[in-house]
Amino acid sequence: MSEPILDVKNLKVHFDIRPSGAMPWTKSRKLKAVDGVDFKLFPGETLGIVGESGCGKSTLARAVIRMIPAADGTVVMFGRDVLGMGKRELQDVRKSFQMIFQDPLASLNPRMTIGEIIAEPLLTHFPKTPKAEAQARVREMMEKVGLLPNLVNRYPHEFSGGQCQRIGIARALVLRPKLIICDEPVSALDVSIQAQVVNLLKDLQAEMGLSLIFIAHDLSVVKHISDRVMVLYLGRAAEVAPAAEIYANPRHPYTQALISAVPIPDPHRTQEPELLAGDLPSPLDPPSGCVFRTRCRKAQAHCAEVRPELEGPEEGHQVACHYPD
Amino acid sequence: MVIDQTKMADLADNLAQMDEVKGRSLWQDARQRFFHNKAAVGGLICLTLVVLFAIIGPYFAVWSNEEIDWAIIGNAATMGAPSIANGHYFGVDDLGRDLYSRVIQGTQISLMVGIVGASISVVVGTLYGATAGYFGGRLDGAMMRTVDILMSIPYMFVLILLLVIFGRSISLLFIGIGLISWLDMSRIVRGQTLTIKNKEFVEAALATGVSSFTIIRRHIIPNLLGVVAVYATLLVPLMILTESFISFLGLGVQEPNTSWGALISEGAGTMQYGTIWQLGFPLFFFVVTLFSFFFIGDGLRDALDPKDR
Amino acid sequence: MALLDVKDLSVEFDTKDGTVHAVSGVDFSLDKGDTLAIVGESGSGKSQTVFSIMGLLANNGRASGSVTYNGQEILNQPDKQLNRIRAEEIAMIFQDPMTSLNPYVRISDQLAEVLMVHKGMSKKAALAESLAMLEAVKIPDAKNRLNMYPHECSGGMRQRIMIAMALLCRPKLLIADEPTTALDVTVQAQIMTLLDEIQKEFGTAIILITHDLGVVADFCRDTMVMYGGRVMEYAPTVEIFDAPTHPYTRGLLQAIPRLDIETEQLNAIPGNPPNMMSDMTGCPFCPRCGFARERCSVELPELVQASPTVKRACHRPVDELVTEEAPA
Repeated sequence: MSEPILDVKNLKVHFDIRPSGAMPWTKSRKLKAVDGVDFKLFPGETLGIVGESGCGKSTLARAVIRMIPAADGTVVMFGRDVLGMGKRELQDVRKSFQMIFQDPLASLNPRMTIGEIIAEPLLTHFPKTPKAEAQARVREMMEKVGLLPNLVNRYPHEFSGGQCQRIGIARALVLRPKLIICDEPVSALDVSIQAQVVNLLKDLQAEMGLSLIFIAHDLSVVKHISDRVMVLYLGRAAEVAPAAEIYANPRHPYTQALISAVPIPDPHRTQEPELLAGDLPSPLDPPSGCVFRTRCRKAQAHCAEVRPELEGPEEGHQVACHYPD
Repeated sequence: MVIDQTKMADLADNLAQMDEVKGRSLWQDARQRFFHNKAAVGGLICLTLVVLFAIIGPYFAVWSNEEIDWAIIGNAATMGAPSIANGHYFGVDDLGRDLYSRVIQGTQISLMVGIVGASISVVVGTLYGATAGYFGGRLDGAMMRTVDILMSIPYMFVLILLLVIFGRSISLLFIGIGLISWLDMSRIVRGQTLTIKNKEFVEAALATGVSSFTIIRRHIIPNLLGVVAVYATLLVPLMILTESFISFLGLGVQEPNTSWGALISEGAGTMQYGTIWQLGFPLFFFVVTLFSFFFIGDGLRDALDPKDR
Repeated sequence: MALLDVKDLSVEFDTKDGTVHAVSGVDFSLDKGDTLAIVGESGSGKSQTVFSIMGLLANNGRASGSVTYNGQEILNQPDKQLNRIRAEEIAMIFQDPMTSLNPYVRISDQLAEVLMVHKGMSKKAALAESLAMLEAVKIPDAKNRLNMYPHECSGGMRQRIMIAMALLCRPKLLIADEPTTALDVTVQAQIMTLLDEIQKEFGTAIILITHDLGVVADFCRDTMVMYGGRVMEYAPTVEIFDAPTHPYTRGLLQAIPRLDIETEQLNAIPGNPPNMMSDMTGCPFCPRCGFARERCSVELPELVQASPTVKRACHRPVDELVTEEAPA
């Protein structure tokens, strides 16, 4: 394989949580939202990140592009160290990645027209772009995402959810980035619209050679769009593997439970979902050793003592479990 | 699905031939809702009439606001009643001055106080609040504590002291009102900014690398303006009330200039002599204006709040 | 006699921009112990259908038609009469449990109050019954949980508490409006398993409203697919999934990516959801339908008995097409 365009090593994001009723001198507690995650992303590849709410998947993505400060670790994007670079250099790197958000309507400024919204990244990085050229680029992008270019002067609230998400995608594409981070881009959309947007993303990826980080809680969508999938649990990677492999042959008990819980639209299916016991532990006070051990059917004493590291061939099937299947 | 694609393509062709469609912005939507609100439109009409009265009124005045009608002075109660014949449309005040001119003059001052006060609060309060809310952290803490400290000063007391020490002057009054009017506004704006700041479109702008200043100007402030507009319209009457209160105490504008508060104060003083018009006319304009502003503010809030739909 | 019988139910909303026809002419009936899924995308009118049954429409909404519960008309009845039925006979759970739990009142008090008001129980008996119900919905450590406030519980736990609360009066019908949409898949699996067990144990009839076809397949006997405020297809779940004959149902099933089947390209339904404001003459799905013909855009298809078990509203159902011509 070629050089990865994104290489994340031991990334940690900690939030300071002040206990309620804290005095100014009380030491705040550390919430380890992301606690040592490694991954690589190769050109033209889609990495799916799945996990339940509170597992740190959105935080991870935001830390990678420095929207949230990381506590530790390195992020190398296009061969440049993102976390260490200065403001000007960061601004330069920003041209090559963009983000797509979950709520299609909320991610568009209601007071701006579609044209202004899509042109914003362009005019931010190339303020001297002639108006006509910017207009042309906006129209080109609108056509690319399946919007009629004569709608440039409309406002976001005049569009349906699916169309708004297309506008968000057009905005992300206008600078022709190499990497797009999709934070639950289809979760808020209806099933029939979801498929449109997923297909669109796939087509655009093939056409423009994009690399995608696709964050979602819906495993079926992630399976469909991803080349590789990373399963997160409480800020740590439980399993990383090629998409086909992870669904056919999940090795981490958490991944197994997650996959078996997905409802299948087939009334003849008899397999009962494997139910996880209890609730997600508080990330303020995660279990010692393996964070999943409190709900794991295979947990042993050893799991409470030693934290399992991701093991397995790089670019292959990696799992962080002492007793994988 | 061939059928479908040809159909879609046809549709696209048809639409592509159309010209660019003009969008309907939220402001236009709000304007439409506003004009469907009868009370608000009524308020707007009344307010326009009051403003017109203050602007055009002087051209119809026979007497100036300083002139004393020596024929009537001393007999205000019997001869000073409103009359078209002698040019005192609203009658005369206790000193025989034309009440019509004085009400016009008072209207000008009072509206000016209200609008200047509200403008200061809009400009200063919005910028201050948006900055504090957007940047957050220590800066926010420092800025908002400053506001808290300023708010804890009994401003009416200070204002009265200032007026007593430095003498009554309209500019001092403006300064005094301007100093305190933006405090509430900055708090409201800060709260709103905190909400807007967490919206995904701000995050999108941040991820793109838009500068903080541009984010405030392009993404935060336009989305704040609804709240600001509503609060500003409610602030104008508050300012007018403050000025009236101070003038009522006899500390506001200086003679021969006057304001609604001063006129009402005089009128109330002479009420018992049967010169009820001296109270009635200024009070009428005062009340109509306040009601208008409140109705307009209400209408604006309904029009600008999309949740109410 | 059916437990719940809905006939020609329509719901309209008056808005400043015109009248929205949220639900038009919906018919269905439910027997004791039945499970019915109402499936549809946002704006299909699935939630408004049950809101009107429960008398929970927003102020600008109007419902017409007939809804009988055990032979008694309950549509548009005064609140006083509805309140008894609503609490004791029909219960409802919502997508966001926090909307129906008072954040300032302990769980124990909220549960006990229901029993004290509707069953006239003493506080002590009511608390004991509440505890038993919390245990029935498998809340671990139910005794301590009773003394907590709703915000101290996780989302899944709150939904369990809601279900317990809904079941307190042993209703004969439980309406669940997207009960798992806000929850994670593993929690969703827990809740759906729980609902399944409750249905079997108490014999409660359940109407499940959802947009997730996967949930339906596992759980409901009958499925009603709605689009644009109208019923598109109403049939036993097995038949809907095995041989969807309505183009919309078919499209919906093909549009979801599946874990158990490998798909290269998803078959998206083109176009956008219908505008409920405009008066539609033809089939609401016509503009997005790959099989549509001229007739579809002018003549509204009636919901007819297509086979002994399947009701369907379509001029060009897929099964007829297969015999008549292969769709291009």
